[in-house]
Amino acid sequence: MSRHLDIDVAIIGGGLVGSSAALALRGMGFSVALLDKGYCGAQASGVNYGGVRRQGRPVEQLPLSQRAHAVWPRLKAQIGIDGEFLRSGHLKLARSEADMATLEAYKRSVEGHGLDLELIGHNGLRERFGWIGGDILGASFCAGDGHANPRLVSTGFAAAARRAGVHVLESTPVQGVTRNGSGFALEAGDGLSLKARYVINSAGAWAGAFAEAFGEAAPISRIYPSMVVTEPLDPVISVNIGMEGGGIYARQVERGNCVVGGERGLPLDDPDFSRPRGDGALAIMNHAAELFPGLRHAHAIRFWTGTEAATPDKNPVIGPSLTTPGLFHAFGFTGAGFQIAPGVGEVLAELVRDGATSTPIEAFSIGRFGNPTSARTHPGSGAGQNSEPQQAGEFNS
Amino acid sequence: MSARPQPLIVGAGPAGIRAAQALAEVGLRPLVVDEAPSCGGQIYRQRLVPDERSSVALYGSEAAKAEGLHRDFAALTDRIDYWPQALLWSLREGKADIAVGGASRQVAYDGLILATGATDRTLPIPGWTLPGVFTLGGTQIALKAQGCAIGAKVVFIGSGPLLYLVAWQYMKAGVSVAAVLDTAPFSAKLNLLRGLVLEPAVVLRGMRMTAELKLKGVALRYGVSDVRIEGGERVEGIAWREGGGEMHLACDGAGYGLALRSETQLADLAGCRFRFDQRDRAWLPERDAAGRSSADGVYLAGDGASIAGADAAELSGERAALALLEDRGLPHRPERAAAIEHSLARVSRFRDVLEAAFPFPAHWAKDIADETLVCRCEEVSAGELRRAAADFSLSEVNRLKAVSRVGMGRCQGRMCGAAAAELLAAETGRAIDAVGRLRSQAPIKPIPLTLALGEIAREAAE
Repeated sequence: MSRHLDIDVAIIGGGLVGSSAALALRGMGFSVALLDKGYCGAQASGVNYGGVRRQGRPVEQLPLSQRAHAVWPRLKAQIGIDGEFLRSGHLKLARSEADMATLEAYKRSVEGHGLDLELIGHNGLRERFGWIGGDILGASFCAGDGHANPRLVSTGFAAAARRAGVHVLESTPVQGVTRNGSGFALEAGDGLSLKARYVINSAGAWAGAFAEAFGEAAPISRIYPSMVVTEPLDPVISVNIGMEGGGIYARQVERGNCVVGGERGLPLDDPDFSRPRGDGALAIMNHAAELFPGLRHAHAIRFWTGTEAATPDKNPVIGPSLTTPGLFHAFGFTGAGFQIAPGVGEVLAELVRDGATSTPIEAFSIGRFGNPTSARTHPGSGAGQNSEPQQAGEFNS
Repeated sequence: MSARPQPLIVGAGPAGIRAAQALAEVGLRPLVVDEAPSCGGQIYRQRLVPDERSSVALYGSEAAKAEGLHRDFAALTDRIDYWPQALLWSLREGKADIAVGGASRQVAYDGLILATGATDRTLPIPGWTLPGVFTLGGTQIALKAQGCAIGAKVVFIGSGPLLYLVAWQYMKAGVSVAAVLDTAPFSAKLNLLRGLVLEPAVVLRGMRMTAELKLKGVALRYGVSDVRIEGGERVEGIAWREGGGEMHLACDGAGYGLALRSETQLADLAGCRFRFDQRDRAWLPERDAAGRSSADGVYLAGDGASIAGADAAELSGERAALALLEDRGLPHRPERAAAIEHSLARVSRFRDVLEAAFPFPAHWAKDIADETLVCRCEEVSAGELRRAAADFSLSEVNRLKAVSRVGMGRCQGRMCGAAAAELLAAETGRAIDAVGRLRSQAPIKPIPLTLALGEIAREAAE
């Protein structure tokens, strides 16, 4: 089957970044094709923990995070569903004086960014969050943060893009993309060729090969954060929980299931797929039962994990290509992409339309990794895929 | 000793028992892991506590087979390791995570025989979640293991040989059987005449049971459709259509099932390749005639690999064990293996006959009422599934799960997955094998959050 499509923007990767960019671009009047090798939102965008959190992000991410913060309460109007977004607040716990000092220092460093963090001592914690057990010294609370259902939000953005007139092409892997005159030529799926003026590379854990095709190597590795979910329970966990220094994060959805993360899965023979480790999942479960006494009699009904791209400095790559006009990158969110993704979509759309964006993104330039050739890995070789970065981020906790 | 780890057999039903026996005969010492408190599987399940019933009362014409299996397994005690009441909840790269006695132990194995059995297959009908409605298998277990009936006046609904067998067993136990409602027309039963050549004893036994039911005045209805179970707090009656007429009957218990479905989660976790089987109308792990799966060292036997019944399970369990022995270069009795394969081929031809006599009413899926629950764990109705498929333009069952929660609950889709796939296929006008297969995830059944990390697991985690 041979088919041709002539469009303004081709987006490689139908995750939350790609589909929110597609929706925003369509709203600006561009013709858009959204290509995914599998199903839109079926990878990290759809299988992450579901934290909608600004607290804990590096300060350079906060303008972008604030921009996305404005999108979340408007989901219903924007994509037709609220995505089970709940502004529950995000409570980051401290296990030691040193952790508490880190939370205090963080609060000072983000003054003026609108996070309105509140430090809570041991007694305050017992009074307001008495359901938390374990040896917790204190916490930092961000009342405006929350959580949402990634399965719905990611699929919802793609569905809204489709309704808006985006060509949503699933099960259509991009085999090749080259610069062609003033635009790009793409070969995809079963005999599909596309001509596009702009290309957005939002291919997540698979984005490295596309950047490389244009002489830009980003040293991304793969991480497989794994999650445990309990059977539905009466309300126990009223806020999105994080832990300074990592190790555990937890939330309870409206239906009553508690979602708990904190360990890493392992890739299967095909590194595109992964599965939690049994002992790792048990460690999360035991840890959760200790931290939340209300879960002591609960059962775990399901584990899952996803494939996520991680960068050495834990910041994503967002912005124009440094080698190829008309190409834009957005990948490598290192386990913290869910909350900011709708903001990234808007930024990408502005970049395409105006060549610039009102949101500072310089820190995320692909150029920060230095000489492209020095970090070069062969596309498809799998090199660097499974080396886990030290203390890489939580999975959208 | 740094010898090879022991082979692992999952399931102590007819397939698992015969597999263990064949391995033990040449001196291998398998570990047999089983969820039940005693061996026998579902078909030859033993009583929880001894009572006055005889083997014949419990197992009918199959009493000798049941006794034989129980006895042979007991005789293996010194030559195998056996963990009853143990749940193998995760598998990965030659290591199994097994919950037993409140702790999880990680066991390395070399050679894995999956004899995981089957559960009932159903399609949602109005009222199927009311108290008093059981699957046919559950109806039978209540009688066999606990010596109790699911009601004082019971109706049996569905398709498959189990429908008549359980009705007959209830009648024999003195329970009032109100009716047997077969979803297939009587004409379908004529196919059984072809089966007389292949398995005369089985067919004649079935005919005798049916005749006895009829003789005792049990109403046998064929070609029923639009079945609804009625009641407020629990089952009070059943309504159905038959030959254009509307029928109704009062009852306080209902046994319902549309034959069986294979338990394939562990084969999935073990990395076996799956194919769609038209006869079972299900995705099944691929296997050769000997029971080898596509994954090295993983063997499949019994109803967990494909529905074939208890006699075939004994055979395929032994055959899979012989394949394991052959692959290890141990004595493996090629003549016996060939004879077993010959018998299994005959069973397979008989299965074709049974499928024609007891067809699965797949066409029901398109008529499931919008308000009927499909996924009872997550309380997802047929209407919600239809809306999700339409709103998100979905045509693949894992995506349907992602947006609707169908199959995400305690049963992990074991009970509702097939129905969700049928409904999605009907809704999107696609063939059943084109909507995909629900991916399995550990734990294959719920496990307590406080399940302790056993010592072996701790070592492996370091």
